[in-house]
Parts: sequence; structure tokens; C-alpha cells
Amino acid sequence: MNPGLTHILFISIALFFIGVFGFFTRRNLITMLMSIELILNSVNLNFIAFNKYVWPDKLTGLFFTIFVIVIAAAEAAVAIAIIINLYRNYQTIDVEKVEELKY
Amino acid sequence: MNEFITLMKPELLLMAMIFILLISKLGVGFNQSNLMKLIQGMLLINFIAGFFMNGEGQLFDNMYHTSSLIVLEKNILNLGMVLISFLFTDWFKKCDHLAEVFVLMLTALLGMFYMISSGNLLMFYLGLEMATIPVAAAATFNLEKKVSSEAAMKMILSSAFSSGIMLFGISLIYGAMGTLDFSEIPALLNGDSLQVMAFIFLFTAFAFKMSVVPFHLWTADVYEGSPIGITAFLSVISKGAIAFVFVSTLYKVFQPFHEIWYNMIMVLSVMTMLVGNLFALRQQNIKRFLAFSSIAQVGFILIGVSSNSIQGATSVIYFVLVYIFSNLAAFGVAGLVSFFTGKENIDDYKNFYKTNPLLSWIFALALFSLSGIPPTAGFFGKLFLLTSGASNGNYAFLIIAALNMMISLFYYLKVVRAMFMDKNENPILPIQINFATKIALFVCGGGIVLAGFFGFVFDYIQALVK
Repeated sequence: MNPGLTHILFISIALFFIGVFGFFTRRNLITMLMSIELILNSVNLNFIAFNKYVWPDKLTGLFFTIFVIVIAAAEAAVAIAIIINLYRNYQTIDVEKVEELKY
Repeated sequence: MNEFITLMKPELLLMAMIFILLISKLGVGFNQSNLMKLIQGMLLINFIAGFFMNGEGQLFDNMYHTSSLIVLEKNILNLGMVLISFLFTDWFKKCDHLAEVFVLMLTALLGMFYMISSGNLLMFYLGLEMATIPVAAAATFNLEKKVSSEAAMKMILSSAFSSGIMLFGISLIYGAMGTLDFSEIPALLNGDSLQVMAFIFLFTAFAFKMSVVPFHLWTADVYEGSPIGITAFLSVISKGAIAFVFVSTLYKVFQPFHEIWYNMIMVLSVMTMLVGNLFALRQQNIKRFLAFSSIAQVGFILIGVSSNSIQGATSVIYFVLVYIFSNLAAFGVAGLVSFFTGKENIDDYKNFYKTNPLLSWIFALALFSLSGIPPTAGFFGKLFLLTSGASNGNYAFLIIAALNMMISLFYYLKVVRAMFMDKNENPILPIQINFATKIALFVCGGGIVLAGFFGFVFDYIQALVK
């Protein structure tokens, strides 16, 4: 059986919801960042699958994927810089313990 | 080449400023206050230059397009940026990383310009990310304060999450239609359920960035924790830019889905107004109070958006202009007080009038304008929003909005009462206002009063929207 569009879409949607679930349940900032990367990668899979199976004569999806990878890297860089600074102030990277601001 | 320069002039000017600031870090010649003067001068020149030599057209295969309306929107944002640099002079001068803060803010502004001008979802996504990531970095610039780093963490995580959701929507749009070009999408929208789902994902991301209610949870924390200059930037400039893009995307690109987004906006608007107002009632911290009041204002902006008419787009742009003046005046005064005395509670403002009459008048004017009391421009802004919303004939919606204006009146006037009427043994000491700050406060105050009286402002925007 050759993999078709539905198989890849199934994987990418599963990856998306694993990312969302991880983002909501994990309490470690680095793990939350990793969950966001899972979401972004599911989007990349989506783009490539649509490009290959639905719109084979276009390149938009491939280009978009490259841009998403670049932006994800920039986002992770800034987020990790912020997390390092947060660690210096709080001595922890557990979101439950970072709770100066509430309500 | 010539066309390229005229069309991309606002972006090119911003880029030049960013480069000059980066180079200024290399040299030795600048001390803090000279650098501040340089920045203010450059921003002022940038704002004035925005009125000359503008063109209409598109570049890069319709990735980037501009028109007189877009130029006007960019000028409004430039004005806000100038006012911020003048209002928070004292804080900026004390900041150790002055050049970096401005590089980050100007980069975010550049991203917003690209986002406003975008003609393609790819360009839109790049602009949106460029407009949020630098602000998150700038929010942590009170480096040794705990709250500041917490605010930045909350902002970067929630904005990354929301852009992930938006990207998923964009990928579904690509799958359903095979194009990301704004001019090709409307013809291909046929109400297919995949398209509707993609649209809802995209809409969610917009709601996240505009802090519409179910997605507003990051707003108050980020506003309270960030340094006050960045808070003002977030609440005024970013929100204004997103409102502009929201209107143009919904009205031009997703026009065929009008019935779908009308219902969504109506529900979200009612929830936003109610939650924003009710939470603002119980706030004691002035920044948090202004954060919730700005959430409530977004609810009113959504009423204008829901009307789906030329008047609706006009009233949103006009309201953003008025909102820049009034919210910046409020944040300016709150920023001065918190910079010089460290006090941020509403109770600390008791008897503020006795010691600082000018500041309390400006603050009172700003709060009147935010609540929509007649002589100020905020009244006309709200009036136009509600009138354009009424064009759909959904009066229950408008009655809820009017009731919400009553609630908001209560908490805005509570602050005014504290300043003018309540007794206090040791009020805030008289504050020495910097000359630049004073000018900016007067411009804000003048804008609040005059933008309402001069009808041609509204007419001018309406002519451009057509």
C-alpha cells in the first residue's frame, strides 16, 4: 500500500494535537517550547503533503515550509534567551512556580 | 527602481533608522541623552516624511501592495511611535540598553508595516512574526525584575502558540485553494467545510493577537509586567496595526464568508466587552486596570468591524486614531508616576490633583475619552462604531454595548474621583515633567479634544476607504 494524502494528513494532525496537548499539560518551559515546535512541524508536513498530492504544479507550499523553519528558529532563539533570563530571576523554569502576576 | 523607493518609503526609512541605531552602538560618541535626542529627531523626521511622495501600487508579484489608505494607517502608527518616544523620555534615558530597545520596537513596527501592506498570506505571516517576536524580547528589558521576565515568557509562549494555530489554518487554506494570494482567494471561497475550518483557525490567531476574550489571558499579565514604554507600545501600536489588518482581511479577502464571521464577531464582541469591563472593576494596579480597559475597547472595535460596510472600516480606523491619543495620554501619566515614585496603585492617586494639576487634568481627559463622554473624541469614536454596527439592525447587540459603556463609566470615573475628590494625607509629590514629555502630553490632550471637533478627519478617512 502506497502512502496517500490521507495518511500524511493523519500524521500531521496527530502531531498537531500532540503538540497542543503537550503545551497545555507540560509545566517545564523547554518542553512547552518543544511542543510548539511539534505544532510548527505538523504544519510543515501539511504544506508538503498538499504540495505533493493536491497541487503538484505549484511551489508555494515548499517555500512556505522553508520560511516556517526559519521563523521557528528565530522564535526559539528569543524564547530561550527569555527563559535564561527568567531562570536567573526565579532559579526555576517551572511555569507553576513563576506566578508573580495573577488575576 | 524609482517606483520601488516611493512605494516602500516607510519601510526603507525605518530600516535606515534601525541601521543608524545599530551603528551608534559601535561608536563611542553618544551618551544616553544625545542618543535619545537622535532617536526622537529621527522618529519625528520619519513621521513628517510619511506625508510626502507617496505612491500607490504593488511590488514583488503582489506580495506587497500599498495605497493612500495604507499610507495613512502607517502614518497613524508612526505618530504613535513618536508620541511614545517623547512620553517615556525619562524611562528610556535611564534604560541601559536604550539603542537595543528602540531597535526592537522599530523592528516590530517594520513588521507591522509589512503586515499592513501584505498581499499574500506568506508576507502576512512574516510581518506578524516580525511584529511580535521583538516585542517579547523588549518586554524583558527590566532585566533584574521578576515580573518583567515572567511577562516576556508569557508573551512569547502564547504568541508562538497562536501563530502555530494560524499556520495550521494557512496550511489548510493552501490545501483547499492552492493559492495564498489575497486577490485570488475570494473567488475560490465556496463555503466548503475545510475552508470554513481553515478560516476559523486564522480568525483565532487574529483574536489572540487582538486579545479578544477567550484568548485574552496573556494581556493583563504582559501589560503589568513589561516596562511601561513597551506596555504602551503593545496596547496602542500593535493593537492598532492588528485592527487595521483585521478589517482589511475580513472585508476584502473573506467577504464571501460574511455571514459566518458576523456571528462569530458578535458573540466575541459581547464577551470581550463584558469580561473586560467586569475585570477592570476589581483592579487595583493602574497598568492592569488599563490593560482590562483596553480589552473592553477591543470589544467596541469589533462592533465596528461587524458592520461590514465602508462606514465600519472608517469608524475602526478613526477609533484607532482617537484611541492612540487617549490611551497614550493615560499611559504617559501612569508611566511618569510609576517612574518617579514607584507607585502603581489606584489608591495612590488620591488627591493627585492637589499636587499635580496638569497631569491630573490630562489623565482625566484621557479617561473621559476612553469612556466616551461627549466633548472628547472618544465619544465620537464610539458613536461612529455603534452607528455603523447598527446598520445591520441587530439592536439587542447594541443595547448590550450601550450598557457596557455605562459599566465602563463607573470604573473610569472611580479613578477620576480618586484624583480630584478623595482626601489623602500624603499624596504623590509634585513631578518634574521633562520638556519633551510635556509636549507629547499636550499633543495627546489636544488630539483628544480636537479630533472630535474637526469633522474632516472622519470624512478624509472615509474618502480613502472608498
